[in-house]
Amino acid sequence: MLKSVGEAVEFNHVSMRYPGTESNAVTDANVHIKAGEFFSFLGPSGCGKTTLLRLVSGFLDPTEGEVRIGGKDMRGIGPNKRPTAMIFQNLALFPLMSVAQNIGFGLEVRGVSKTERLKKAVELLELVDLPGVENKMVGDLSGGQMQRVAIARGLAVEPAVLLLDEPLSALDLKLRQHMRTELRKIQRRTGVTFVYITHDQGEALTMSDRVGVMTGQGVIDQIATADQLYNEPQTAFVADFVGENNAFAGAVTETDGDYAILNTESGSLKGRNRLNLNSGQKAIAFVRPEAILLAEDSTAVENILKFTVKNLSFEGSFITVFLDTPGGQTCVMKQNNDGSTPLMQTGTEIKVCFSAENTQLLPYGEVSYA
Amino acid sequence: MRKLWQDAKHNFGNIGIIFILATVGGWFIFMILLPQLIMIDYSFRPLLPLRKIGGPEDVYTLKNYMVLFTTPLHRAIFFKTIWSSIIVTFVAFAICYPISYYLAKMARGARFSLLMMGIIIPYWINELLRLFAWQLILSDVGILNNILMFLGIAGEPINFRSGNSAVILGMAYAYILFMIFPLYNAIESLDSNQIDAARDLGSSWFRIHRRIVIPHAKPGIAVGCIMTFMLAAGSIAAPLLLGSPSSFWFTQLIYTNFETANWNQGAAYAMVLAGLCLIFIMLMLKLFKVSLKELTK
Amino acid sequence: MKSNTVLQIVIGGYLVLFFAYLFLPLAFMGVVAFNTSSIPQVTPWEGFTFHWFGVLFADSQMWQGLGNSFIVAFFVVIFSVSIGLGATLFLTRMRFKGRDGAYAILVSPILTPGIILGISTFLFWDKAFHLSGGLWTAIMGQTTFISGYCMLLIMARAQRFDKTQEDAAFDLGATHGQVFWKITLPFLRPALLSAAALAFMQSFENYNTTLFAIGFEQTLPIYIGSKLRQFISPAMNALAVVFIVLTIIGAAVYEYRRRRESVAAG
Repeated sequence: MLKSVGEAVEFNHVSMRYPGTESNAVTDANVHIKAGEFFSFLGPSGCGKTTLLRLVSGFLDPTEGEVRIGGKDMRGIGPNKRPTAMIFQNLALFPLMSVAQNIGFGLEVRGVSKTERLKKAVELLELVDLPGVENKMVGDLSGGQMQRVAIARGLAVEPAVLLLDEPLSALDLKLRQHMRTELRKIQRRTGVTFVYITHDQGEALTMSDRVGVMTGQGVIDQIATADQLYNEPQTAFVADFVGENNAFAGAVTETDGDYAILNTESGSLKGRNRLNLNSGQKAIAFVRPEAILLAEDSTAVENILKFTVKNLSFEGSFITVFLDTPGGQTCVMKQNNDGSTPLMQTGTEIKVCFSAENTQLLPYGEVSYA
Repeated sequence: MRKLWQDAKHNFGNIGIIFILATVGGWFIFMILLPQLIMIDYSFRPLLPLRKIGGPEDVYTLKNYMVLFTTPLHRAIFFKTIWSSIIVTFVAFAICYPISYYLAKMARGARFSLLMMGIIIPYWINELLRLFAWQLILSDVGILNNILMFLGIAGEPINFRSGNSAVILGMAYAYILFMIFPLYNAIESLDSNQIDAARDLGSSWFRIHRRIVIPHAKPGIAVGCIMTFMLAAGSIAAPLLLGSPSSFWFTQLIYTNFETANWNQGAAYAMVLAGLCLIFIMLMLKLFKVSLKELTK
Repeated sequence: MKSNTVLQIVIGGYLVLFFAYLFLPLAFMGVVAFNTSSIPQVTPWEGFTFHWFGVLFADSQMWQGLGNSFIVAFFVVIFSVSIGLGATLFLTRMRFKGRDGAYAILVSPILTPGIILGISTFLFWDKAFHLSGGLWTAIMGQTTFISGYCMLLIMARAQRFDKTQEDAAFDLGATHGQVFWKITLPFLRPALLSAAALAFMQSFENYNTTLFAIGFEQTLPIYIGSKLRQFISPAMNALAVVFIVLTIIGAAVYEYRRRRESVAAG
């Protein structure tokens, strides 16, 4: 069975600016992707993710810094000479060729014989769980099948790094979720380094060993595992972008070991001060909706606030409650529904609380207030 | 410039660059640019005997162009050609608009392919022979005169070929394909729902065409009119075959100049014709508010 | 309901008139070819004959013109399709200022009266290379504008090309040449074939440009032109019949193949 060996990909101070543009598409990226890792870049559309991928594949060379694959500087080496293969967003299968011809293309241009190519195609189709379609035309395949053929075509050239440019975005929801596990499986089987880019955090968090979160300006804010990203975001952008979060902006009034107090328009809030914010610094307190509890159900003593119920939406296993804060913003709270949870009345004032442990204090940054 | 070169190398590789330079460069330099420049050069030089070429009399002059203004007959022929070409364009549009609309929005399936084929087939037959067919119809002993005399409408043969009507008729016949295709393409790209919506809102047929179909088809109308006008004004075959001495066409003046080896005068008149077509194109672009880019889609 | 019927009648009437306008002249012309009368006319009908076909086929000038037409068309097809392809690649792949201007210049020959192209080609080759009018200048003159048509045809297809396919091929290790031959060219092939067909037809039927560019040589249209301007003989009608028959056969074959293909595909 085919077994390629993955190689590490390093970005060392990589910046990219397209000629004739004012700002960087990628700014000072420093990422060390390990050999055989499943690494995702997650960010809103237009954040420079695709640029990063094209820098690895060789369609672009960085304006500053270097991209190394397997320790070797790749500057000046074209896409056809790099040990990478790319899965394009639209797949870019060759419509005039059969499945086998598509998969064998990379070998064909390397002068591999026809029988060899066919053998390899059959083998790879088995790897991607799509046996027996080698003689079909690509136009006769379904969306999910095309996906697999594209991956098989990429793997056929035995790349050290497979680059995936939002390949699942064209699929419907169910297939997309199925393909997540499939991709993960294929990556494990082959040992190839996968570099995956997506704007869908569900994809990034479920599949990847590690995720790099990019802001809209092409800056990589945080590189971490999925649970670290969710539980311990390093910047306001990450906290806001990954998962749902309530943001209360204010200024730090006092620090207290690992914790600090933030004065916000909705009241004084105590939270974890992992980044050692100083007194007087502008900051935001982030609280996940599921961490907001009714004061009567909680043992926490800090962060007890009075909010007004604006409206609620019943979603089955939980209830989303939208609250008006004294500061004039909307706060979202998620209540688990055990089957007998009473529905709150719109307009009533309730007392909520959230523990300091579940409140993250981060330096001030632009966020989209919920 | 460097950037452009790198771009080209990235896109095509060396062989690709050579191929593009050879084809596009050769086309542009040896077929478009230099021939036009040489013709302009000719048009501004006087006609001289061979031994005087390059001599002191071989200087740039407007003389060849002035002939057009100083010869009343040439001037009359020039304006006649413009006017008649405009008539040809109008007639062709009137004949072609309904069939284009019918093909684009009403004909379906087998009937569509049959009609389409019916329109294209005559164009596989040489233009000269198509014009010749009208010669047979319109001549003194032609079919039309035979019918008219048989029916007793005309006592003696009518000379249809005096004046411009035969030439105009022949051109309107010979060039309609160049009107139909742009119109068809433009109308075809109109979303049929718009027509249905307008009809649903109670619009009359006339109004649907005036407010919806024709505005949408503007680029197509412009192309059709430009092509037809250009072909008519530049036609040599139709006046040669269908014309009479009284229907002399501007192109025939040019042709006569070349027959009498006065290339300089011929070149000047050719430039006038080119200028005329350019002005017409500009006018149409302005009138229909479309750009050249949209025209040739 | 009633207005609908009226509309149907109006449309039907128009269609009948339109196609009568299109075909009756050709029908008359065809009939004349079989009339014994030496003046081309339908009436008086002096008797049925194939004589004029014999006259036509015995005319060596006709055969020479036909041969020349094929030679000219052959080179025009090769040049125009290559130029059309080159121009397409140039205009669709390169990003530079003045691209719209370049485009306007390259389509300008289509919008220029044919006789001007003929004259300028003739003068240019005479002046620059002392090459007087002949088949070569006819080829050059025709290629000038037929290339433009080929460019528009090929470009229309090229614009529907998904360029990531080339990126994908390149990424999989293909060289520029391999990408072009294995990916780009196969995609453009149908457009190249129709461009070749169009170029052939345009060249074969061209009169205006050729008349001024060709000097004393003759292609088939030039031959027809000179015949029609001298004394008219029904031999020209016979030629028209040959054209019509060939066209109808061509159309029938095309239609037959199209149907068979659509049956095979469906």
